[in-house]
Amino acid sequence: MKSFDIVVVGAGIVGCAVARELSRAGMRVGIVEGGAHRGATAAGMGHVVVMDDSPAQLVLTQYSCSLWRKEADHLPVAVEYEGFGTIWIAANDEEMEEVHAKHAIYAQTGVVSAVLNAAELVMAEPNLRKDLAGGLLVPHDAVIYPPAAAEFFLSEAQRLGAALFRSRAVQASHGEVSLEDGTLLQAERIVLATGTECDLLSALPLQKRKGHLAITDRYPGFLCHQLVELGYLKSAHKLVADSVAFNIQPRQTGQLLIGSSRQYGDDDPGVDAAILRQMLERAVSYMPALAGMSVLRVWTGFRAATLDKLPLIGPAAGLSDDTSLWLAAGFEGLGITNALGAARLLLDGLLNRTPEIDAGPYLPARMVNRMEIARA
Amino acid sequence: MTVTINGRLLEVVAGTVVSAAMLQAGEPCRISVSGEPRTAMCGMGICFECRAVVNGVAHRRTCQFVCADGLRVETMR
Repeated sequence: MKSFDIVVVGAGIVGCAVARELSRAGMRVGIVEGGAHRGATAAGMGHVVVMDDSPAQLVLTQYSCSLWRKEADHLPVAVEYEGFGTIWIAANDEEMEEVHAKHAIYAQTGVVSAVLNAAELVMAEPNLRKDLAGGLLVPHDAVIYPPAAAEFFLSEAQRLGAALFRSRAVQASHGEVSLEDGTLLQAERIVLATGTECDLLSALPLQKRKGHLAITDRYPGFLCHQLVELGYLKSAHKLVADSVAFNIQPRQTGQLLIGSSRQYGDDDPGVDAAILRQMLERAVSYMPALAGMSVLRVWTGFRAATLDKLPLIGPAAGLSDDTSLWLAAGFEGLGITNALGAARLLLDGLLNRTPEIDAGPYLPARMVNRMEIARA
Repeated sequence: MTVTINGRLLEVVAGTVVSAAMLQAGEPCRISVSGEPRTAMCGMGICFECRAVVNGVAHRRTCQFVCADGLRVETMR
């Protein structure tokens, strides 16, 4: 029996960031990862982005983005942190009103952004189609290569004494984690950071949302910012219907990462040709020159979504009577962005310290009322 | 026939594939991410080392492309 202060289950970017944060605080940390891949960490775009679906989401993403910026200079080259900035694209006057609204919200909360008119948008991204209304530039948003970031956080945690166990956790409760290979770990607290692999706690109110991405060959200079259509906010956050939205990211190599799709109720990891076609046609409609480019690879992944689009960070109280269980899960598309903020919130929670932002909106206990309302 | 490789004119015999013309001109097909010059390796369209910009179109596999008079090729960067 091996004994720790904390065992973190799941070595995706969130689990690794949590393990590093707890190790830094002097805790004895065990990390468990049984999968060959890193779930959404390996499948996602790696956009470090301020999002404002809700005030609580804005606070957490803003906080997390600021933490990324603070350590940007110290990240290994392999993490490919690039402050490309995001441009939210407005296709018409109606969406341009949203640009101004977003700009105002960001100004109130201290997020730097700038409104671009049609001509300024063309200057910023000459390969966009020319009849767009404008956009909102958020210059401090960034892009990373998430698997390398997770690996870096993990290696930092290990350097600080954390122990990695490469086996699947088959049970995690009441201060004990048992692994498929027979190892038994003991800890005062267990943090579940398992993304969509949430069978260790069946009460976890998470849904899988499937996504597709495509990456092209190298076309250096074609794209300068991460571009997202403002319609994304409308399409991506419908809770039921399948949707696609124009979302494209420049990589350091000159490759272009093209998204995005959202589907519920499809657990098949295979590529869905119809959705992929819609997604690529959407991208071509915004950037016509994409039609002549070669895509090297297409893949899918699953986001772990909650009902209120906010992650579950903190004790599992309400979802479980087991007081040893804590959660860092349900980040949907924002696990990369929010990994650092979540790690801080968890540490502050474990140490009973006052966090830099209000932890309340992300506490798992909030889901209890929601589930009761849903049942009623 | 004559082709243009990185702005220089080159005389090639009919039937020459573009990768061979580039070899003849002493120009790399492409420059890798780490800055290495690369040229055709497998010569049968599988290794993708021979990609270059042919008549303005990026990432053409030059070993699978026969020269035509007036064709323009640039090293893929």
